[in-house]
Amino acid sequence: MTDDRQAKQDAAVDELYEEAAHWHVNTGDETIHAKRIPGKWRNLKWLSNALWLVFFLGPFLRWGDRQAVLFDIPNRQFHILGITILPQDFWMLSLLLLFFAILLAVVTALAGRVWCGFFCFQTVWTDIFTWIEEKLEGTPPKRRKLEKAPLDFTKFRIKAVKHTLWMVIGLLTGMAFVSWFVDARNLWIDLFTFNLGPTALITIALFTAGTYALAGFLREQTCFWLCPYARIQGVMVDNTTSVPTYDFHRGEPRGRVKKGQKEEERTTGDCVDCNQCLAVCPTGVDIRHGQQEGCITCALCIDACDAVMLKLDRPVGLIRYESLDKLDGKEDRPLLRRPRVWVYTAILTLAISGIAYGLSSLDAIEIKVLHSRQPLFVLQSDGSIQNKYTLKVLNKTTDDMDVSISARGPKDLVIVGAEEPVKARHGKVTPRTVFVRVPREHVLEETRPIVFRAEGRDKDGQIFVSERENVFIGPKP
Amino acid sequence: MADKNPFPGENNTGHFWDDNLRELANPAPRWWMIGFWASIIWVIVYSLIYPTWPTLDSFTKGLTGWTQISEYQKGVEEVEALRAEFEEKIAGMSASDILADEGLSAYTEASAKVLFGDNCAGCHGSAGQGGPGYPVLVDDNWIWGGTVENIEQTIVLGRKPIMTAYGEILKPEEIDELAQAIVERKPMSTPLFLQKGCIACHGMDGKGMSVLGSANLTDAIYRFVPEGEQTLLDSVKYTIAFGVNDPNSPSARQAEMPKFGDRLSKEEIKKLTVYVHKFGGGQ
Repeated sequence: MTDDRQAKQDAAVDELYEEAAHWHVNTGDETIHAKRIPGKWRNLKWLSNALWLVFFLGPFLRWGDRQAVLFDIPNRQFHILGITILPQDFWMLSLLLLFFAILLAVVTALAGRVWCGFFCFQTVWTDIFTWIEEKLEGTPPKRRKLEKAPLDFTKFRIKAVKHTLWMVIGLLTGMAFVSWFVDARNLWIDLFTFNLGPTALITIALFTAGTYALAGFLREQTCFWLCPYARIQGVMVDNTTSVPTYDFHRGEPRGRVKKGQKEEERTTGDCVDCNQCLAVCPTGVDIRHGQQEGCITCALCIDACDAVMLKLDRPVGLIRYESLDKLDGKEDRPLLRRPRVWVYTAILTLAISGIAYGLSSLDAIEIKVLHSRQPLFVLQSDGSIQNKYTLKVLNKTTDDMDVSISARGPKDLVIVGAEEPVKARHGKVTPRTVFVRVPREHVLEETRPIVFRAEGRDKDGQIFVSERENVFIGPKP
Repeated sequence: MADKNPFPGENNTGHFWDDNLRELANPAPRWWMIGFWASIIWVIVYSLIYPTWPTLDSFTKGLTGWTQISEYQKGVEEVEALRAEFEEKIAGMSASDILADEGLSAYTEASAKVLFGDNCAGCHGSAGQGGPGYPVLVDDNWIWGGTVENIEQTIVLGRKPIMTAYGEILKPEEIDELAQAIVERKPMSTPLFLQKGCIACHGMDGKGMSVLGSANLTDAIYRFVPEGEQTLLDSVKYTIAFGVNDPNSPSARQAEMPKFGDRLSKEEIKKLTVYVHKFGGGQ
């Protein structure tokens, strides 16, 4: 290899690595101690954090004589305020999941990882954990110092209090989670009387340990390496998405402020390279490198930068919510002209109307009809054809109900076994076997539709009806 | 192996090949060591708790004394305990009493399914739908009667009807005429029915007698259905000509229900009675 070619290649390698020279990926070897400063976005974050109070306090709401929201798995009943949903209505859950998945997509497409930055439990719990850490151990420099200091009584005391508090929060989290599935008040009584069942105990233990480890130690590493949604949301962001962005046109070339220098003589950009944006970042990324996988778009760097700009009497918004397109001088495409907005909105509307339809048409009773397959039909001695059906009567009300069964379909059909009404037990499925006989001369096709009708009357006299179509099967004509 | 280590300070084992290929004494990664020791601890703890090590003639029982068979037996006991409540009630009841109780008859129906599958399904089909040459149990035609008592008796004692082969007694034209009348479901329309003594078993009205197990010749159901290409008329003619279970007629139709009274317990027969009665046509 000639020296010339060697030099050329070396230059190429240099250039290649120069681009990535600033690139530092924190794989957990360094604990991020983010500075906390007041500001608009900080306040917003407290507000969004506070939404999680619903998670803790929600189970204590009462509705009549029961918990307002209770996912009663052993009894397969899901109470949400005045509504009781049985597993048979669970298709609505898939719509609900679809709704939230698309909501995540649309929000992310428009404003970046809003979920990550403001609402995600990982972000919120980490925020609370580090808040406790700051109250006990002090500002980031003090915390780093304490970390390096030898273990003495003071350090032990501080650390013990911190870890205890973390674990208490973990325990509360576990208790709150389980409270959505069992009676919250009894759960607390059971906890203190050591009567927790194995399922509750294991769930609470897992949540306590999980919260403690994830919010106490893994923190931003979870978002970097564990969380799939972080990556999924990453690919939903495009040039039109408004995310916290460093305005490099305005900021570069960055340079430290010099005392006594006149503003007109300044040759540097607005960025004073104070690294405050980096200091406050809970995931330890430098927003000045642009949007990146580690950025959860929590906007705390905006607070930090604005505070510095105000102090130096420069315009705020060096870091601001902005799309790449706008930063490059292009016009923002109006919301209504983005196909994604339309598609997402359509799916959202579809999902929400499906749920609305489902909730409004929750029948109090419901029948399912199973046609007996072996044999499909039976010839009777009078020449009529008999089919056997098992009817499953689901009573979703809170009282037992007498449900009468009738059927319509082939001419002159006779239904046997439905003379007595079905005593439908509340919240349960009650089966009933019936036979339907049709005279041979009216069995003209191999299959004919037949509609079963269940009619029940509750103690207030209100009538509930449920119909279900099935087939009546006969021999080949 | 070199006498002098040409790579001092890099923590190698002193094993060299080809001048510079050498083995380093790096420790295994920590996560691996943690996993390694955790696995060993796991094995020790496991072998203390559960049966693990073979001995000369047995094995270590473990502290808990757990065995798979005892877990299985416990499971069976749980099921038996659940059933006991129903079984006790059923024990003192007759089949008709069980049928009158919706809950108990549902239980009986569910628990007798296995009995039916083991003892009856071979001929009558897994759902009582019958099979070639064997009666359908899900219709409303009962040759030996469809009351609870009739069904119970049929299971306990078995049934074997006899119909004489008329092939050598009647002329072919007479058999044709009788068969035609039966296919039309009007056996009385021919004087032969009376003259040749059919009424002795099938009754004055041709509707059969359940005590004798003689078929009702006026309804739509035929005990022996045509097989293959055979028409119904041919099938009826065959029955008349060769009879049923006639010891003197080697080609007679075979129709015998074996007795189950000595094979099944009283309780099992009671359950089967309920099960068959609920098939769809019990009287």
